[in-house]
Amino acid sequence: MTELKSTHPKIKFTCRDVRVAYSGKEALHGINMDIDDRGVTAFIGPSGCGKSSFLRVFNRMNDTIPGCTVSGEIKMDGDDIYAPDLDPVLLRARVGMVFQKPNPFPKSIYDNVAYGPRIHGLAANKSELDHIVETSLQKAGLWDEVKDRLKDTGTGLSGGQQQRLVIARTIAVSPEVILMDEPASALDPIATAKLEELIDELAQKYCIVIVTHSMAQAARISQRTAFFHMGNLVEYDVTSNIFTNPKDMRTQDYITGRTG
Amino acid sequence: MTEATSIHASEHALKRLKKRHAKERRFKALGLLAIGLAVSALAWLLISIVGTGYKAFYQYDFTLEVEMTESILDPQQERDPDKLRKANYRRIIQNALYERFPDVTDRKAKRELFNIISSSGAPNHIRQMAYNNPDLVGQKLIITVPTSDDVDQLLKGNIDRNIDQSKRKVSDQQIAWVDELVKTKEIKAEFNTRFFTNPDSRDAELAGIASAFLGSLMTLFVTALLAIPVGIGAAIWLDEFAPRNKFVDFIEININNLAAVPSIIFGVLGLAIFINFFGLPRSIPIVGGLVLGLRALPTVIIATRASLMAVPQSIRDGALSIGASHVQAVFHHKLPHAGPGIMTGSIIAMAQALGETAPLLMIGMVAFLTEIPKSPTDPATVLPVQIFIWAGNSERAWVEKTSAAIMILLLVLIIINSMAIWLRNRLEKRW
Ligand SMILES: Nc1ncnc2c1ncn2[C@@H]1O[C@H](COP(=O)(O)OP(=O)(O)OP(=O)(O)O)[C@@H](O)[C@H]1O
Ligand SMILES: [Mg+2]
Repeated sequence: MTELKSTHPKIKFTCRDVRVAYSGKEALHGINMDIDDRGVTAFIGPSGCGKSSFLRVFNRMNDTIPGCTVSGEIKMDGDDIYAPDLDPVLLRARVGMVFQKPNPFPKSIYDNVAYGPRIHGLAANKSELDHIVETSLQKAGLWDEVKDRLKDTGTGLSGGQQQRLVIARTIAVSPEVILMDEPASALDPIATAKLEELIDELAQKYCIVIVTHSMAQAARISQRTAFFHMGNLVEYDVTSNIFTNPKDMRTQDYITGRTG
Repeated sequence: MTEATSIHASEHALKRLKKRHAKERRFKALGLLAIGLAVSALAWLLISIVGTGYKAFYQYDFTLEVEMTESILDPQQERDPDKLRKANYRRIIQNALYERFPDVTDRKAKRELFNIISSSGAPNHIRQMAYNNPDLVGQKLIITVPTSDDVDQLLKGNIDRNIDQSKRKVSDQQIAWVDELVKTKEIKAEFNTRFFTNPDSRDAELAGIASAFLGSLMTLFVTALLAIPVGIGAAIWLDEFAPRNKFVDFIEININNLAAVPSIIFGVLGLAIFINFFGLPRSIPIVGGLVLGLRALPTVIIATRASLMAVPQSIRDGALSIGASHVQAVFHHKLPHAGPGIMTGSIIAMAQALGETAPLLMIGMVAFLTEIPKSPTDPATVLPVQIFIWAGNSERAWVEKTSAAIMILLLVLIIINSMAIWLRNRLEKRW
């Protein structure tokens, strides 16, 4: 198990011996890991090492993949999120997710953001809903760009705007955690910079876990970094340590570009 | 690098290029040929149908004066509509004709004279008038009734005047009368509204598509009521909620098989289940609709599943990831997204059902009916079956009726299919 030298006292997730298998074929071989509340935790590692599989453990999106099984113990704020009486639907309201490819709904910008609050009954009336939509778009740094065209369809926005719309949609249901799976991989450098700035801001209020293929991005935005390799957690430490002083040869090889 | 040294400019390469171009030209020519064949076959079909069918849309009508002689119709002077209905109107028409041509005295000639007018259409026309308004008895009326189908065919040029009269259905004497009446405008061509408002009839000049058209509408209504909701529901369940096991796999395979089962088998099934087992009456649109509904089910299911599967997984993931339940993700996001495709598929399934003939023959919707069905429980027939029935009649007059009915059926199909295309284009723009 990898010890965590945390700068924050509070831990959001504790994972013990987490295994993920697809149709019986194990993709993650017993991960032990604690994830801090607040701040950004980055997952890095070569393609196919299981970063996405592990990320989906936290909001139980693996449940929606046919043939995928998860075992081990995953606790959020001390509660087992795989407990039989826990409704994954409610968990996902607390643990939001942003995907690699922006996936706004083919509805208006307003409806994209309002959808979550509507199904969870977070707004008592129209003006409350308007307020949630506005603040969410503001927090996602999109408000100024779209405030005059909330009725336009969300899929008509640029890639970077779409990704921020998806973040606004996620924020609108007031989650505690935001999972991001390579959120910037479909974006150009300017949109990426904007997104990173946003993630930095959000980290003040949310626990953010991000999968990224960009070493530089992990170094820029995360406080802690976990390096995965072939289904194992190889090294997990404060980001600066990982990049300046990796302990494992495999980590060293990966961040210097010799493998992966 | 100069041209000469490039391997793509060598003599060999140029030869190959030439060969490739020739191949492309050949392929394009063959493609054009195929299209040409298809288009000319279609054009031929349309021209032959429209070329004969248009004649059914006009008809030669006879306008004559009749006297509603009281001594014939109502000797007791009761004016009782029910008794009036049974009176001898044939005599009235005959008398009117003899009045018009007073020179005709010979019995055979009198019969020939009567045969230029629709022999059941004309008496029934005034019968209905007298029944509706008994006060007409004793009065003189001007009526417009169809000529007999033979006269109609003669005037439409379908009967050769130059051959010997023993070889054609109208005699020289009849031709002389008709020509005179045409000259005086007592016989003239009119738009054939009867074709649209009348039910089927034994007499070609009276037959219309109203009963078959209404039968088609009612049958299709029942079909849609069964096939669309059940089909969409089944598809959603199979696609989203069905457990993955052998039994569900078996169901899926069989739905695909079902779509390929010849439609007459569905007729046999309908006969066995709805008529023999449940004891529903034969020939009624409800049974027809149920049978066609079963027939359309697999089509609707397959179209719906294809549209559902075409919805990007990312949309569903997006909904689930903010805490939508599975059902919400399906109904709020997948279904609206798949909507245009589902609608197009359903409409096309309905268009297919509209053209379906064989299974309806099995359940007796082929009966000869002279009443317009008033509800889905009245015996009825449908347009394609009506076409089938008319096509089996040998007289010349039915040929144009058959073609005209085909034109109407094609027109309805074109309208339905354009609606599907229009809906799809319109709805898809929203996304
Ligand atoms: N839906 C699935 N069905 C079957 N196997 C899967 C599925 N998703 C992932 N896997 C397998 O699990 C392993 C880990 O995959 P995962 O997607 O978690 O890797 P990753 O680190 O996110 O890779 P990448 O950087 O390319 O996104 C891989 O071997 C992959 O083939
Ligand atoms: Mg991944």
